[in-house]
Amino acid sequence: MFGFIIQRLLATIPVLGMVAVFVFLMLRLTPGDPAAVLAGDNGTPEQIEQIRQSLGLNEPLLVQLGIWVGNLLQGDFGQSYFFKKDVAELILLRVEPTLALAITTLILTIAVAVPIGVIAAYKHGTWIDRAVMAFSVAGFSVPVFVLGYILIYVFAMEVKLFPVQGYKEISDGFWPFLHRLILPSITLSVIYIALIARITRASVLEILGEDYIRTAYAKGLTPSTVLRKHALRNAAVPIVTVIGIGIALLIGGVVVTESVYNIPGLGRLTVDAVLGRDYPTIQAVIIVFSFVYVVINLLVDLTYSLLDPRIRY
Amino acid sequence: MNWGRLIVKNAAKTALAAAIALPMSIGMNAAASAETTLRVVMHSDLKIVDPIWTTAYMSRNYGYMVYDTLFAMDSDTTVHPQMVDTYTVSDDKLAYTLTLRDGLKWHDGAPVTSEDCIASIKRWGSKDSMGQKLLEFVADFTVVDDKTFTINMKKPYGLVIASLAKPSSNVPFMMPKRVAETPSSDQITDYTGSGPFVFNTEEWKPGDVAVFEKFDDYVPRSEPASWGAGGKVVNVDRVEWISIKDHQTAVNALLEGEVDYLEAPPTDLLPLFEGNDDITAKILNPLGNQYMFRLNWLHPPFDNVKMRRAALMAINQVDFVQATIGNPDYYKECPAMFVCGTSFASDEGTEIVMKSDIEGAKKLLEEAGYDGTPVVVMQSTDVDVLNNLGPVAADKLKQAGFNVDLQAMDWQTLVARRAKKEAPSEGGWNVFMTSWTAADILNPISAAGYGASCDKAWFGWPCDEKMEELREAFATETDEGKQKALAIEIQKRAMEVVTHAHAGQWYQVPAWRSDKLSGVLGGPFPIFWNIAKSE
Repeated sequence: MFGFIIQRLLATIPVLGMVAVFVFLMLRLTPGDPAAVLAGDNGTPEQIEQIRQSLGLNEPLLVQLGIWVGNLLQGDFGQSYFFKKDVAELILLRVEPTLALAITTLILTIAVAVPIGVIAAYKHGTWIDRAVMAFSVAGFSVPVFVLGYILIYVFAMEVKLFPVQGYKEISDGFWPFLHRLILPSITLSVIYIALIARITRASVLEILGEDYIRTAYAKGLTPSTVLRKHALRNAAVPIVTVIGIGIALLIGGVVVTESVYNIPGLGRLTVDAVLGRDYPTIQAVIIVFSFVYVVINLLVDLTYSLLDPRIRY
Repeated sequence: MNWGRLIVKNAAKTALAAAIALPMSIGMNAAASAETTLRVVMHSDLKIVDPIWTTAYMSRNYGYMVYDTLFAMDSDTTVHPQMVDTYTVSDDKLAYTLTLRDGLKWHDGAPVTSEDCIASIKRWGSKDSMGQKLLEFVADFTVVDDKTFTINMKKPYGLVIASLAKPSSNVPFMMPKRVAETPSSDQITDYTGSGPFVFNTEEWKPGDVAVFEKFDDYVPRSEPASWGAGGKVVNVDRVEWISIKDHQTAVNALLEGEVDYLEAPPTDLLPLFEGNDDITAKILNPLGNQYMFRLNWLHPPFDNVKMRRAALMAINQVDFVQATIGNPDYYKECPAMFVCGTSFASDEGTEIVMKSDIEGAKKLLEEAGYDGTPVVVMQSTDVDVLNNLGPVAADKLKQAGFNVDLQAMDWQTLVARRAKKEAPSEGGWNVFMTSWTAADILNPISAAGYGASCDKAWFGWPCDEKMEELREAFATETDEGKQKALAIEIQKRAMEVVTHAHAGQWYQVPAWRSDKLSGVLGGPFPIFWNIAKSE
């Protein structure tokens, strides 16, 4: 197991290297010039040229790449063109909101999706099953921003239970922190609940038809014991896979929710950096996202062996 | 950047703060509510905190918070001393002696000196086009004493005081000498100013919030505040510029009282404020903004004046403002290139852009021998007030017989591409449209569009000797009446050779909580002094 983890972590190095070079080149080939953006709308051609020189954007592409990779190997992501702050500092400022939103969404998703998926499978063909499926279809179909605006209108503007927007750091107090995350988490989790509930239902349904389930019933076990100990555990591998993919998607997919609820997270940082052609920030954020994806995949693989003793690395 | 240390530091800070926050949160909230905080949503977030290094309007707005100016313009576009107490001009108009007001201090407590101001003028003059023009005429500066200095001119220049009172980007803000000595090619890293607010660098979270605190030692003038002039009396303890990217969310936040002021809500969301007595939404800057229709002189077909005139005949102002702003309350057709309601405003020579003459344009195109060369029109797609300009321009040009290639792109791509001098087929362009805040275009020196110095001119690179002569004559003229006559000549010449066209005047409509705020002032930039807030 330990050897497997080391092997997988070492494998991330070429992956991140390829991502780094690919992103660097893609950004340079995409239309847009950070110097023109930085100079402002009234900037003159002369001012733009001056900025290009000061940022080193006039250097040959390979020289720019060499400087960037050199700094990266020393753990230096560089400075944002705009804010003149270290990119690492900007990312760290944004990690907490995104992580907080992702974790609350994940907790909510698992707490709702797995039980309703199991119940739908157990009550297969009944109105409960159909209701869960109908919810799933609706959850997939409603765009995140529409749901966000509806929830804001109802719960923030009409009922006035929650604020319309904003984020409070956990250091400002746990309740203010949580209070502002409830609506965004519900908004973001609906699509994942829909997805995971369907997968759970399908997976449990398949297991419930197996011979060993019938044997378990024949032994006189109660339905809940059969469900928990025999069905759910065997159905868990595909569910965990989807949850893992869900987390990865969640990290990169919070942009719309962050925008609608004005949460200053990594998603917004990425979009702002892309729109402003802030190359150092975009490059760093993508590398961080790639690393997170790799680690999540590794964790999912490791979880398999906990759930299924037959899987060994 | 040491990642490990930074992560540990942040994690430790967060954990410690979380551990003490819960029991203390009630106390903290009580303490926080004791101070008055004005919460504002600006049109964009603050990125660059050097208002000389960039012309971005957010950096200019930041500059007005943190810095002060020697002179300033009021709402009648009249210039008044601001940091300056008194000034004299020698009879031969070759020496301007400026004496600073008593009690001016930097945010670090040091007094503002003549040397600080001279260094600031030099840095601004090395970057800004109007500043560069001024410095061409300046022989040197003489320090008379700590509070008095003289600007010695090589020859008379009509825009010395007007330049130092330039209201929009780049504004000649005064900085401490040690800061102003930073080369203008580098961004400053010391944010000490002498303006009415102090920038709180500790609490600045880029892309989230920028915090300004009242500068207790600021000495306001005794006159009433008007634009950048008069007494900048601060009535709140803090101003927070909160970045809310989603317009609907920003409007909702204002409706719910989570923020106090929106600088630029889109006009299509303004009906949400109608009938709400707690919110006021109105035009604060009667000069507003002006759209610009810009052609590229370097490449066919607009390297030919007849083609440029044909394009001008095809367009008209009202189509542009209707397509972008829509509500006639928030736009106006204005024949004056130097903006209606200003001292150089005139209707002369601009009839051509007020009404389309498609037949006339077709005839002129035929006469000029147009061969169907494609006209690349760049359309910005992500700035609400610019999005529809490109399609309207393309439609009018098509009607006149141009073979139009409308290319959609985000604004950042457009600003990069407009700097390219290559042929349109090789990544260049023929037409783009933008907007200027009126304060940027009040005279032919500060307004970039009139420059016709070929390669050195603003994007589009007009090349016209006569225009340059007229601008030079305007710059050196010290008599106001004669300046106005020259401004009219410049306007007529701009239409004749088509440096650009003014495509309609429009207004931003700020909205604020009138149940809480009083003393809201208008100007060509957002003003946060004079505002009082009741919680």
